[in-house]
Amino acid sequence: MLFGKLSLHAIPFNQPIPMVASGIVVIIIIGVVSWIVLGGHLPYLWREWITSVDHKRIGVMYCLLALVMLIRGFADAVMMRSQQAVAFHSVGYLPPEHYNQIFSAHGTIMIFFGAMPFVIGLMNFAVPLQLGVRDVAFPTLNSVSFWLTATGALLVNISLLVGEFARTGWLPYPPLSEITYSPGVGVDYYLWAIQISGVGTLLTGVNFVTTILKMRAPGMGYLRMPMFCWTALASNLLIVAAFPVLTATLAMLTLDRYLGFHFFTNAAGGNMMMFMNLIWAWGHPEVYILVLPPFGIFSEVISTFSSKPLFGYRSMVVATLFICLVSFMVWLHHFFTMGAGGDVNAVFGIATSIIAVGTGVKVYNWLFTMYGGRVRFSVPMLWALGFLVTFTIGGMTGVLLAVPPADFLLHNSLFLVAHFHNVIIAGVLFGAFAGMEYWFPKAFGFRLDEWWGKAAFWFALAGFYVTFIPLYVVGLLGMTRRLQHYDVAAWYPWLIASAVGIVILAIGAVCQIVQLVVSIRRREELNDATGDPWDGRSLEWATPSPPPAFNFAVLPQVQDEEAYWTIKQTAREQARLRPEPEYRPIEMPRNSPTGFICAFFATLMGFALIWHIWWLVGFGAVGAFATFVAFAWRDEEEYEIPAEEVARIDRANRSARREALMTYTGPRL
Amino acid sequence: MTSAEFTAPHPRDPYHVGHGHGAHAHAPGHGEGGPADKRIVVGYGFWIFLLSDIVMFSAFFAAFAVLERGTAGGPTGADLFDMTNVAIETGCLLISSFTCGLASLAMEARRPLWFHLSMLVTFLFGVAFILLEIHEFAGMIAEGAGPTRSAFLSAFFTLVGCHGLHVTCGLLWLLTMMAQVFAKGFRPHVMRRFLCFSLFWHALDIIWVALFTVVYLMGAMT
Repeated sequence: MLFGKLSLHAIPFNQPIPMVASGIVVIIIIGVVSWIVLGGHLPYLWREWITSVDHKRIGVMYCLLALVMLIRGFADAVMMRSQQAVAFHSVGYLPPEHYNQIFSAHGTIMIFFGAMPFVIGLMNFAVPLQLGVRDVAFPTLNSVSFWLTATGALLVNISLLVGEFARTGWLPYPPLSEITYSPGVGVDYYLWAIQISGVGTLLTGVNFVTTILKMRAPGMGYLRMPMFCWTALASNLLIVAAFPVLTATLAMLTLDRYLGFHFFTNAAGGNMMMFMNLIWAWGHPEVYILVLPPFGIFSEVISTFSSKPLFGYRSMVVATLFICLVSFMVWLHHFFTMGAGGDVNAVFGIATSIIAVGTGVKVYNWLFTMYGGRVRFSVPMLWALGFLVTFTIGGMTGVLLAVPPADFLLHNSLFLVAHFHNVIIAGVLFGAFAGMEYWFPKAFGFRLDEWWGKAAFWFALAGFYVTFIPLYVVGLLGMTRRLQHYDVAAWYPWLIASAVGIVILAIGAVCQIVQLVVSIRRREELNDATGDPWDGRSLEWATPSPPPAFNFAVLPQVQDEEAYWTIKQTAREQARLRPEPEYRPIEMPRNSPTGFICAFFATLMGFALIWHIWWLVGFGAVGAFATFVAFAWRDEEEYEIPAEEVARIDRANRSARREALMTYTGPRL
Repeated sequence: MTSAEFTAPHPRDPYHVGHGHGAHAHAPGHGEGGPADKRIVVGYGFWIFLLSDIVMFSAFFAAFAVLERGTAGGPTGADLFDMTNVAIETGCLLISSFTCGLASLAMEARRPLWFHLSMLVTFLFGVAFILLEIHEFAGMIAEGAGPTRSAFLSAFFTLVGCHGLHVTCGLLWLLTMMAQVFAKGFRPHVMRRFLCFSLFWHALDIIWVALFTVVYLMGAMT
């Protein structure tokens, strides 16, 4: 009774792979924690990071979480590719029930805990800086969002050791996910992990919509915002409009499983096709939640590294909002085969084709931005160029799938799998890597190593094509997705090729890690003294690297579209900086453990709900409410940075910039 | 290169609001005046949250609309709904919204006694609403018309229950709010929270109006 459904049988002692994998993870965690505690780093970590409400710190933590989860998701991918490479006329090395958990975990982790945190982390870091303000609208809420996302990631990873994960795919379609057919705790892990992190994401959406619409530097009208802020706005509007649908849908499935409701059951009038409709009413906008911010990153990167303003800024804004709107009108293309009828399928097929027009506008804008510019092929720009080519191919296969008759043949085949990896890897992941390379010097004060960055890019690009082009082919040869083994000889060589591709991708991933290590060791050489390493155009490059907690000593006055570029060019023409402003004390929000404590109780509650440990559920709920009241009761939410401190930090920034101005000899090549 | 920040300091820096409370900002957040003051940011943010909440309800409404005929041979809305009970519930909620408005006025006028009195009345009507709803649910379950009986009843209990859960959370928040005003008085951050609370309470009314119409009135007709 005390432990609900939880017992020692929940730990899969008889399955070597999860035991070894979780053993390694546990050892790494113990190692890291003991290094932190024994090295005396805990107070620093607690004070400066865990309780931080600084958007820059939270952004960095999001990106770190994303990188770790990308490695976990990639490990799953390696297992799937290698299983299919050996499972011709054979059962391979992964038993079916384990293989099913792997593809479910791979999708869930990559979307919710790899891609989402990465994109949200970059928005957190860059958006307030680009808007010329000191933080987001609700800094403590921001910390809560992050820690709830981390809770979700933690719960999914606990399932590796304790119990099992869902075997239902990354979206738990009923009736398979109902208690009758999935009696284990796998689906429950999925439901509570996604529900908790979904709340975090929703709060992020609320926070950023408010920040972008209500907190901009003086003079920054909507049409003066950098493109990344626009795409972040569109993405967060989609979060606010779509994530509640996910919450409701998962709540219905939860009620079916826990209390015997009949939303999606076969019996008693339930309607399982409603699940498909509801989940994709969230799921399709989710695709654009993921890809729109990277579109913004590419816009920033391509414009900066071409040394030109973004071509067609206003058409880019219109295209972004067009995509934002139409993304809610295409969800049915995920199940053309459901049988909604020719008319309905035609409407959604046409809408799906039309949404490609918005993306087409963007692609041409990026091309024309480069046209006639001085293109510098630094690492962020390489990712952007790789994206342009690869994403366009993925987009075209998407338009092919948008034709219902073609979709009837390709539905649920590896052609589809290749298509969505083509757009998500090239769009979201390349974009996130471009953003990481681009803003890394801003965040840490030194650039990332170019050589290893280029190596990572080329291996990732080559690895992508070698892995996924064969999957297009086997898809056309009729291979459906999620096969644990097969006996069609025609598929075999292509799956071997795909496995070779994932080896190349793995080399790319190793290069990324090496790049981080090498750069940290060479940080003196790679130091970014000026705060403007790429000759940037938006306001984040006006701050020192790393920026002080308050970002801007005095809020900038924005006069046109490229706020910082104008100021920089004026200074270059006049060969002097603007006069020193009058410094005033700045009030900043205090750090708060609220987010961490909330997440602590949310983790307890989530785990207890998965295992039916009802007393612990109650304890978690009471704890969460107590945290809420305690937070509401505090009196001092802000602290003051004295004017002298502001002046000291800003004068250092000014002298670095004065030096750069004196040595400026014309545009860099 | 100089940076953009070296211009006149801005008086409406949001982190100065803790002192000045920035109640008289001009055109805030529209790009000319710089960041909006905290009261506007908080109210606006909470509105966005409420919109997301309404989106969540719309998913439950959609599910109800799809499953309304999935009675699996069990009772329909017309068989089950007691319109008198529902009318009293509606009355309770509407009156509590009115008294919540009175509490806002009392707060504007800095009258603690009237504030607490209005909040207390709001609380009592909220509790009455919840008790009536529990009574209704208990009666239906006793008749064998619980949420596991049919898809229609699953959707009904979830939609109405989700609203009831919101009201319950609202009641907890209401008590916390009263305690805060009692302990701290009408401080700016307490008043901002009360602004959010009253938005929340009124939004629940809006949802109830939709619920009353779609679930009960239209349900009793079929």
